[in-house]
Parts: sequence; structure tokens; C-alpha cells
Amino acid sequence: MKLLTHNMLTSHVRPGGGFPLRIQATEVKVNNLDFNQEFTARMVPKVEWGALVEAAESLGHRSDLPSEPIPDYEKNEEFLRKVHHVLMEVEVMEGVLKCPDTGREFPITKGIPNMLLSEEET
Amino acid sequence: MAVPGAGLTRYLLLLAQENLAFRLPEIKSLISLNGGQFSSQLESNLNSPFWILNLRSEEMARGLMKRTVCAKSIFELWGRGKSVEELHSSLKKYPVENMESYLHSKCTYKIKVHTFNKTLTQQEKIERIDSLAFLPFKGKVNLKKPDHVFWFVEDYGTDPNNIPKQPLHLYFGRWIANGQRDLIESYSVKRRHFIGNTSMDACLAFIMANHGRVKTNDIVFDPFVGTGGLLIAAAHFGAYVCGTDIDYSTVHGLGKASRKNQKWRGPDENIRANLRQYGLENYYLDVLVSDASKPIWRNGMQFDAIITDPPYGIREATRRTGSQKEMTKVTEGSTENHISISSNYHLSDILFDLLKFAAEYLVIGGRLVYWLPVYKPEYTEEILPQHPCLKLISNCEQTLSSHTSRHLITMEKVKEFEDEDRSSNILESQYLSYKSHNSFREKYFSGVTKRIAKEEKDNQK
Repeated sequence: MKLLTHNMLTSHVRPGGGFPLRIQATEVKVNNLDFNQEFTARMVPKVEWGALVEAAESLGHRSDLPSEPIPDYEKNEEFLRKVHHVLMEVEVMEGVLKCPDTGREFPITKGIPNMLLSEEET
Repeated sequence: MAVPGAGLTRYLLLLAQENLAFRLPEIKSLISLNGGQFSSQLESNLNSPFWILNLRSEEMARGLMKRTVCAKSIFELWGRGKSVEELHSSLKKYPVENMESYLHSKCTYKIKVHTFNKTLTQQEKIERIDSLAFLPFKGKVNLKKPDHVFWFVEDYGTDPNNIPKQPLHLYFGRWIANGQRDLIESYSVKRRHFIGNTSMDACLAFIMANHGRVKTNDIVFDPFVGTGGLLIAAAHFGAYVCGTDIDYSTVHGLGKASRKNQKWRGPDENIRANLRQYGLENYYLDVLVSDASKPIWRNGMQFDAIITDPPYGIREATRRTGSQKEMTKVTEGSTENHISISSNYHLSDILFDLLKFAAEYLVIGGRLVYWLPVYKPEYTEEILPQHPCLKLISNCEQTLSSHTSRHLITMEKVKEFEDEDRSSNILESQYLSYKSHNSFREKYFSGVTKRIAKEEKDNQK
């Protein structure tokens, strides 16, 4: 699971709450992927920045990401490379996502989160 | 040739004679993706392999051809007619100054003779080329590496049992670009690493991405991702892709293989490996195990396109998470990771959930593209699912059997999703029409089971 995906996810145990899911990782992998400046710049206003920084921090991969997006980030390759690294290259391979409201845990196996709930939980 | 409308040039589009119903929405979508508007005089003969398009620029024509899998080639149209005489007089009217830069003495050229629904001898082809001697060609012929290629085209109609003596239409134009028909072969499911029982034909997957106007740097989502065939097409066009599926085994690439002569899936059969096979791993975001009826995305999250092939219960089961109490038996390879089991998920509910999801999670102008199974004798346009935020763009039928078909439906989000759209009251009236979809499976099998039984009986003889 990439941190970009994590940033888009919410716990759906109860409507309205459950963002961001807390990450408890037992295995984190860093993949080298092509840097796409335009795409990364497009993502900056779309992500919940605070949640991204918090998630990266909790995995020990904050990579000097500032607590706020910098002004005129579109042209700032150095900044966008950091964002690319955190959004796309850091991946949680094993661990759990924990709902901040209910404590319900969603397992991540081989990089794939399992978000299934049973009928009783919804 | 007179230029129609302000600043538009005429182009001749040569299309492949397959997937006929899907061609117009594809070409329209791609022209609009390139910032243009579809304009053609030949609306009446959409089944012909030749269309005349009015486009703003050659750049737009090239943009169209970078994406289309329905069209083979595009030409700047210099002349056309219903007879040789008409073609010649049309060519004589084409402004010489528009020809000169391609015909002057410093450039090389080649003329190709192309016929549809008839084969010409070499001698006949040479006669056709010689008949164009009145054009001001000043350069040298170069058959191997010409600077410019011109096509002389004769159209003998589409009926192979009734080929006219003389062509119905003749065209002459300058070749601009070819389409992406090669992708159909290079992305063929036959050689794909990871496939399932219902993997989408490569050509249709590209058509879906084109109907969905998928573009570079988009985020494209498939809520019934299966083995990810639709994501591959979207990623090829530069979109970042993401999907979910309720089936833990499929998402993890476990269990029985769908391929003949192969019993179990290999260790690296998954969507990511598929993208890697085509050099598209950079476009992989994530695939998750999740129930499409219970969205897992936060408020404000928006996808640029949703492209999907929902399960109809024919070759893949329709399921959603159910109650623990209903739990029957858990399939092979299970762990505590997928305790949730599935109950029957009615087609009407799948469609209802899908449209509501698209209405909420698409960007404005973003498109939903999906397949709708139809029992033909009962089909009317009224049964098409609707949502106040989504506008129907196209509806293309593909026949499956004498009594069933599937329709490729494309819808565009035209209105922001508001809380009132969440309430089912608005949709209640439309919801009733969905109900008829539920019995698709029964109707489908009513004919099929009889046939299979008969075939089995025949085989035993």
C-alpha cells in the first residue's frame, strides 16, 4: 500500500469518521519509481497534507517533507521529488490499518489491504 | 475542395470493420479529449469504413490517431467523388497552394492504391496512379522511404455478395497517421501473465478507456477489478490506476488458473506483475480487497474516470459481504484475513451502488464506463440506470447470444453530488426499473442450460 492510497482511504466502520487510518507496519519497502513531476504536482492539492506527513512520520520515512506544502510548488522539483518519494515509493507490505474511532484493524498482506467488513460491523 | 465551416479541414478516416457500434463514441470522445468537436457529413453511413471528419488542425488528427483502436489511418482529404470524373473535378478544385509544399521537387512521394470490398490487379493499380498525372507532382517517386504518402481509395460498399462494377466512392488524400490497432496484438490476453475467466478482450479494454476519455496523469478506478485488464489499458494511456475486488484470492493471485493446461496460479500472477509485463508498473497505485457496495474512500476523494465490468453472475459470482451468521464454507487458501463472506449481490443493487458511487466520487466531467447485461426481448432504453448527477453519453450493444447482449454504457458527471443525492428517495422511481435486471441470470441460463445439456449428450455419443 502506497501512502497516496492511504491518504485516499477512510475507515468505513461508521459513516463520517475514521480518517486517517493509523498505520502499524511490520514491513515497509521502498521502490524506485519514475518521477512524474506533473502528476506529483497535481496530487499536492488533492492530498490531506497533515495525514500524509503523519503517515510518513509514523513509518520513519518523512524524508524532510515540510508540514505545509510550499508556495509555488509546481515548479519546485526538489520539493516534488520528496512528495513523489513519500506518496509513491514508500510502501507498507505487512501490517495493519487501524480505525481511529473504533479500533477495528484491517490487515495488510503482501502490500494489499483487506478492507472487508462483516454485516454486523456496518 | 471547399473548406467547410471556419478553420476546419476535411480528413478521411479509415476505420476497421469490427466493433461497429463502438466506433462513433470512441471517435467523438477522442476528438473532444483533444479539444475539438465531432463534425462529419456522413452520419447516415456509420457502418462504412470511410468517414469524413472536419477537424481544426492536423495536430488534432494526430492526437486522435495516438489513441484510437477503432480507426486504422487518417488522411488529409484532397478530393472525393462518386465517379472518377467527380474525383478529378474535386481534386482540380483543391487549392494548389495547399498541395505545393508536399509535391515540390525536393520531396519524394509514393501513391498507394487502396480498395475496399474488391481486389485490383497490379496493372489496374498502375492505371489508377497514371490517371492522377494531372496533379502537379514535381518530386521523385520513392517507394521505400517517401517523404509523403498519398492514398487513392476506392470504396465498393460493404456487401461482399453484391460488389458493384464501379466504386461507390473514390477518395484521394495525404496520409497523416495510423491508429493504435497494433495494441490489440501486443496486449493480447493470450500472452498476458495473469488472466481470469472474464478478462476483457484487449481491443474492448482500450475502447473503454477511450470512451472514458482517460488521459495522462489521471487517476482511474475499477471497483470490480478482477485481474485488472481494464487498468492495463488505462495505464497504457498514462493514467495511474487503482482497483478493488471482493475476492481475496483474485486480488492476491491465488487459486485455480483460468488458463487451459495450467492448474494453479503461479507465485507472481497478480495485477502489478501484469502492469510490469507491459512496462507500466510506474502507473500502479494499489489494489485492495474491498466490497464495492461499501466505499472505503474519504470525503473529497475524486477519481478522473471509473471503468469497470461488474459481475453478472454468469462466469463470476456476484457477491458482497454478508453476515457472519450466513457464513457457509470458506474457500481454499483462506486465512483470518477474509473472515467476511459473501451473500448474493443482486445486479440491480450493483448498478444502483455503482451509479451512486460514480456520482459521488467522480470529478465533474469525469466518466463512468461499464457493461450492462441485457435480456434482449425485454430491452428498452427506459431500463438504463440513471442518476441525477450523471448524463448518458453513449450506449453500445454487443450481442452475446440470440437472446442476450451487453451494452457498454458511458456516463459523464455533470452536477456536483449533494447530500440530497445520497437519499434513495430521489432514485426510488428509477430504482424500480433496475429490478428487471435481477432476473438476467435466470433468463440467461434458461436458454443456455438446455443447450449445454444437449451438447454434453451429443459428446457422449
